[in-house]
Amino acid sequence: MTTDTLVSRTTGILGLIETHQKTLLVLFLAILIGIPAYANNYVLEVLANTWFYVILCLGLNIVVGYAGLLDLGYAAFFAVGAYTTGILTSRFGFNFWLTIPVAMAFATLAGVIIGGPTLRLRSDYLAIVTLGFGEIVRIAARNLKITGGASGLIGIDRPHFFGTELNQISHYYFVFLALALLAIFASYRLQHSRLGRAWQYVREDEDAAEAMGINRVAIKLYAYIIGAVFAGIAGCFYAAKMTAISPETFTFSQSILILLGVVFGGMGKIPGVVCGAGALVLFPEVFRGIGSMRLLVFAVVMLLVMLYRPQGIWPAQKS
Amino acid sequence: MALLDIKKISLSFGGLTVIDNLSFGIEEHAIASLIGPNGAGKTSVFNCLTGFYRPDSGDILFQGHSLMKKNPHKITQGGMARTFQNLRLFKNMTVLENVMSGMHCRTTAGVWGALVHPGSQKREERHIRDVSEKCLDFVGILDAKDRPASSLPYGDQRRVEWARALATQPRLLLFDEPAAGLNYDEKDRLIQLIGRIRNELGITILLIEHDMGLVMRVSERITVIDYGHKIAEGGAEEIQNNPKVIEAYLGKEENGPA
Repeated sequence: MTTDTLVSRTTGILGLIETHQKTLLVLFLAILIGIPAYANNYVLEVLANTWFYVILCLGLNIVVGYAGLLDLGYAAFFAVGAYTTGILTSRFGFNFWLTIPVAMAFATLAGVIIGGPTLRLRSDYLAIVTLGFGEIVRIAARNLKITGGASGLIGIDRPHFFGTELNQISHYYFVFLALALLAIFASYRLQHSRLGRAWQYVREDEDAAEAMGINRVAIKLYAYIIGAVFAGIAGCFYAAKMTAISPETFTFSQSILILLGVVFGGMGKIPGVVCGAGALVLFPEVFRGIGSMRLLVFAVVMLLVMLYRPQGIWPAQKS
Repeated sequence: MALLDIKKISLSFGGLTVIDNLSFGIEEHAIASLIGPNGAGKTSVFNCLTGFYRPDSGDILFQGHSLMKKNPHKITQGGMARTFQNLRLFKNMTVLENVMSGMHCRTTAGVWGALVHPGSQKREERHIRDVSEKCLDFVGILDAKDRPASSLPYGDQRRVEWARALATQPRLLLFDEPAAGLNYDEKDRLIQLIGRIRNELGITILLIEHDMGLVMRVSERITVIDYGHKIAEGGAEEIQNNPKVIEAYLGKEENGPA
């Protein structure tokens, strides 16, 4: 089969998907909701983890894909959310749900602190600064008393939802599924808004955008803050699910992994980024059989994608 | 009071003086031109007016307010729009989306509007679309609104840029070499368009242009600069007969009068 027929077949399938969009969407949702009734804990754990990475990748996609800013320290915002919930529930006895707005506020603050002074920089310098920021947050968490130092925090409270304690993996499957759907919805709405267009103008030509009356620094800061809030919320629920967090969750390689999901799937394309996040979690699981070789295979696949499809695996939109 | 008043601005890059103690003004509803030989500093003047460069000294007053400390987006918001000498369209976006960028500074919807879609946001989106389509219609390329900007022929891409500048709803519109690369017919239409922008929309126009035929036909007032300073100012006829202007463009006669 030549590439041409392959391409025409895929576009044919995509066309079919487009015409029956609503029915397929409902069917797909029904399957996703039905899964916990049949699947074992291992499958649920992997899927919950997938939805979790979908949220993180979509959040980073707003920064990298929409606004075109390279961020190598995204795990820091995830850490801010997780530690806010961790500290407030385990040390101050906060109700879990009350920690979410606080975490959102702190994520916003972190976005402003890192974005405010640096967004005037060109993107490659920005990448270095964000890398440094990510490391500062991790090392601070490692050395502060309130964050529990290197061993981190344990005994984080499980949240209650209408009287039920969320302590089963199936609960978190639904929690993260709901959050991921919310993230998809929010990403879609943002992309097709005045703000979303402004991100694209700035990404395509900063000077022309500025000449059209767009405040590029403010627009980039918006992207930064919204991305930070996505990660912050994901972090809250991560802390609740794990009940223990440590600085080693928020390393540079975590940031890179999230970035890989975005780039692999296709920057700026929501279905692509969702697939990218899925690949990130599923690939190492599927290839568990080959043991430590699987990271090598993973790396090779990533390299091949970057060489032959630098725009990501998701096909470009028809225009 | 003049709409735009440039007062003794100077600009240099390192040791190179680009603008030298330049002053001129533009009255409301005028069509004015800024001309000069290559490298005379015309585009630098535009960049100073729009906030991309900051003059080392002097002052620029627009509607009576100084522009010296304002960022480009603030200046656009204040009612001055520009086009670029080399096309600066958002290439991967549609023609309509390009023009919609001009409406950004006239609208306000933020994150909440994007996520929740309240009535105000929907009305605003419709308003952005309506105004942008009107601007496209004004320059005559509404039919192409859903095509990617980069797929249009060059002359039409120029028109997208004009429509985009109009969408910012300016009081003063700066055209940086709008006729560059246009054929004879397109230039004719440009001359008509410039007249219509002024007469129908009431927008004041300042033009940088190399096509002297076009400049002489449309301008009511012409400012000539060379090496960053003003060498002449006046109506078309005055300028054409000014010996300093002829000298700047053609060079001095060897044994001519000094």
